[in-house]
Amino acid sequence: MIEFYLNGEKVTTQAAEDTPLLWVIRDEFKLTGTKFGCGIAMCGACTVHIDGNAIRSCSYPVSLAKNAKITTIEGLNNEHPMQKAWVEEQVPQCGYCQSGQIMQAATLLKYNPNPSDEDIVNHMSANLCRCMAYKRIHKAVKRASTDSSVGIYDPQASEPETYEASNLQSDKQLGA
Amino acid sequence: MKSIKDAKNKSMNLSRRKFLVGTVSSSLVMAFAPGIMSSSASAKESLQNKVFSPTIWFEIAATGEVMVNIAKAEMGQHVGTALARIVADELGADWRKVKITHVDTDPKWGFMVTGGSWSIFTSYKPLSQAGAAGRIALIEAAAKLKGVSPADCDTENGYVITPKGKVSFTDLVQVGEFNRTFTEDELAKLPLKSVKDHKLIGADFKALDIPVKTNGSAKYGIDVEVEGMVYARPILPPTRYGSRVLKVDDSKAKGLAGYLGYELLTDPSETLQGWVSVLAEDYPTAIKAADAIKVKYQAGPTSHIGEQDILAEGERQVKDTGEGYLFVEDGNVDSARKSAKTHIEGLYRTNTALHFALEPLNATAHFQNGMWHIHGGNQWQSLTLPTLAKALGVEQDKVIMHQYYLGGGFGRRLWGDYMIPAALTSKQIGKPVKLIFTRADDSRFDQVRSASVARFQASLDEAGRLTGLEHAFSAGWPSLSMAPGFMAESVDKKGKLDPFSTSGADHWYSMANHRARAINNNLAQETFLPGWLRSVGHGWIVWGLESFVDEIAHEAEIDPINFRLSMLDGAGKHTGKAPESVGGAKRARHTLEVLKKRIKTSAQLPADEAIGIAVTTGQERTMPAWISTAAHVKVDRASGNIQVKKITMVVDAGIIVHPDGALAQLEGGALWGVSLALKEFTEFEKGQVRDVNLNSYQPLRMNDIPELEIEFIKSSEVPVGLGEQGVIGIAPAIGNAVYEAVGVRLRDLPMKPDRVLDALSKKA
Repeated sequence: MIEFYLNGEKVTTQAAEDTPLLWVIRDEFKLTGTKFGCGIAMCGACTVHIDGNAIRSCSYPVSLAKNAKITTIEGLNNEHPMQKAWVEEQVPQCGYCQSGQIMQAATLLKYNPNPSDEDIVNHMSANLCRCMAYKRIHKAVKRASTDSSVGIYDPQASEPETYEASNLQSDKQLGA
Repeated sequence: MKSIKDAKNKSMNLSRRKFLVGTVSSSLVMAFAPGIMSSSASAKESLQNKVFSPTIWFEIAATGEVMVNIAKAEMGQHVGTALARIVADELGADWRKVKITHVDTDPKWGFMVTGGSWSIFTSYKPLSQAGAAGRIALIEAAAKLKGVSPADCDTENGYVITPKGKVSFTDLVQVGEFNRTFTEDELAKLPLKSVKDHKLIGADFKALDIPVKTNGSAKYGIDVEVEGMVYARPILPPTRYGSRVLKVDDSKAKGLAGYLGYELLTDPSETLQGWVSVLAEDYPTAIKAADAIKVKYQAGPTSHIGEQDILAEGERQVKDTGEGYLFVEDGNVDSARKSAKTHIEGLYRTNTALHFALEPLNATAHFQNGMWHIHGGNQWQSLTLPTLAKALGVEQDKVIMHQYYLGGGFGRRLWGDYMIPAALTSKQIGKPVKLIFTRADDSRFDQVRSASVARFQASLDEAGRLTGLEHAFSAGWPSLSMAPGFMAESVDKKGKLDPFSTSGADHWYSMANHRARAINNNLAQETFLPGWLRSVGHGWIVWGLESFVDEIAHEAEIDPINFRLSMLDGAGKHTGKAPESVGGAKRARHTLEVLKKRIKTSAQLPADEAIGIAVTTGQERTMPAWISTAAHVKVDRASGNIQVKKITMVVDAGIIVHPDGALAQLEGGALWGVSLALKEFTEFEKGQVRDVNLNSYQPLRMNDIPELEIEFIKSSEVPVGLGEQGVIGIAPAIGNAVYEAVGVRLRDLPMKPDRVLDALSKKA
């Protein structure tokens, strides 16, 4: 039995220790926004945040997630500046990689709120977009990082038990 | 089905149809009538009894919401948004109240296919007419209500504007009783808006499918869940055809918790030959179990075939004039050759390329109340459903395909062979099954873009003028195996050709003597199932053609741009036809003239940098998007690496319905072009593709993308497709630029560093 926090909620799974976290998230907890792409941690479609870091859940045994704070795309609650930038720049085409792209991008801003063009390229080249919407991904990350009206939203900053929209608001205000 | 053009018509299937407008349970429903409609039935009766052909079907609810039903697959092109915009513009609807619904298969939808970049091209006119008919019906109702003449009214933003004030569509639907049939003649005479009056078409707007793709709520085939389902992963045989399972040893899988055994699949459609399906309570266990199971096969006859065998066969074929059938025969290339002063020749080859759609192939199948339900993203339901029915041993009306967002199509999800193992496994075990291919399984089962070989021979006279071009080209042909109905008679009437493996050789340059001979590479055809890959035949045919046109220009010592301009005169068969190619080759010429002004000359650039050009007209002569492309490259002589610094494109695709969506398609297409030109490389090895995952198959990432500058020519001509056309010119423009930069002609695709180094060393 393994316990962890999923989008702020304490959850328990009986999955075998070597089960990749991806399948626990998708098939047991029904959060299907996180996608299966290559299965070898090279495309990034399965990216989630584990204790604030962007991790490839397809290659991450669930046993390592014990007591960790995990955030998936659903856990951003449509509140993350990156999600808004993605709509503004009309980034997604087929959309399959985009949850992973957004989760990957979100960690860049966390550690580097004002990334250069090159920083964005270096960070985002870890993720594959088969539709090759790279121009717009780059623009959206840039927009989210330069838009002074939004702060950097960090879901891990809030306590899991009280992880609600009202808290997100205050996080955003703090960030701004 | 006789031709691509017929298929396009069939994909809308609306010729000679009446249009019905009627009130049905408090909504206003609008649809085309079926082919055979009782003449006594009113529009309202027909609509109430659902006797209509809802290929285009929309309704205005009592709340004022306009709901447009879309029978096209959404795979990144935002097609639903674009199609709904066409209806809404003519209707005069409030865009904020427009919703779209993607429909499941049902015979009532008619022929269902999303491919060939056809959707906008085939739908534009009927959708415009449908919207205009709706507008007229609403105006008539409002005019009656206000006691004014319909001629004095118009619609705008969800209202009918009358001299006595405006009436909302909502009010009209609530109070009005609609029952109106437009005859075919009336429909044809409906006044359609001119380009300057368009409010939605051509304007900026946000695609309706994007928000759900930023928060994880968009549902793809792989996200489907059916109660009581088990998971499955296939074990693929060593060859696509003719393999047989001799023995299965699952002793090592038996110890895995959640392992549920395996099934040997029996497929009456013979699509799957020698397949094993591995079952488990969860998917990671199915992956592990399939890895642990040992299967002994009697391998099919092509288990020893490699890439070099396929290319060697292609090379033999293009050099043997007895092979293949004629696709173009203008003038007399043989006499041109005899009287020529100079001959040049080029042999162009491309390697196998994968689709690599990021959502691995998958389907979920279950049987309920006498019906088979097959869930998963698919581009060509009308082609897939009959095979599913055959595999399941049921009539076609016992199968429903449920549509979802496609995690990439690119042509791989046209014929849904990947749905068959899910269906068969479910049938054999009597339970709902979700079968997912791993990435490696997906690559091994890909309908790859066939390796190809093309031979070009040009004749030049004493003055250095081109007098003849002979082009012979060989590859595996997708339509031959998957859609033989599309095969078209050759020019010499000696056999049938795959239009998707020949289109592009019939270019728009004026050449007095031009022959194109198309050959099916039978060894390729037997070894794998050749697929339609984004840009299809143009992707490899026009790569060779536009590279060789450059070779001719250099031989003739004419600037490659001017050489092309001189042949784009729009004379003879290149004058173009209404409605699809009005202006003909002169429109291609215009894009090239504009491009010429936009770019630097290679002389203005540093050493080892240059700009190359290509002119392309995909996807067919019956639907050309006129595009001129320039690639600015820098060649690193030490590593052989080609860096693409900038791509400039000038595009004439007629009216642009969704400018931002069209731009997105061209951006993605251009980068696909770069990826296929430089990065995407695999080969057949022992009957299978060798590179099955990202550790060795490496599409372009953000760190390798060039600057993109894309310009649309303003046009009021009919809109043509743009989903694939942006890919075509990139590879030849890059190859031509490399020649300008370092003087070597690259004739193998992809243009990998080792090939560049090899060419440089041969030159030195």
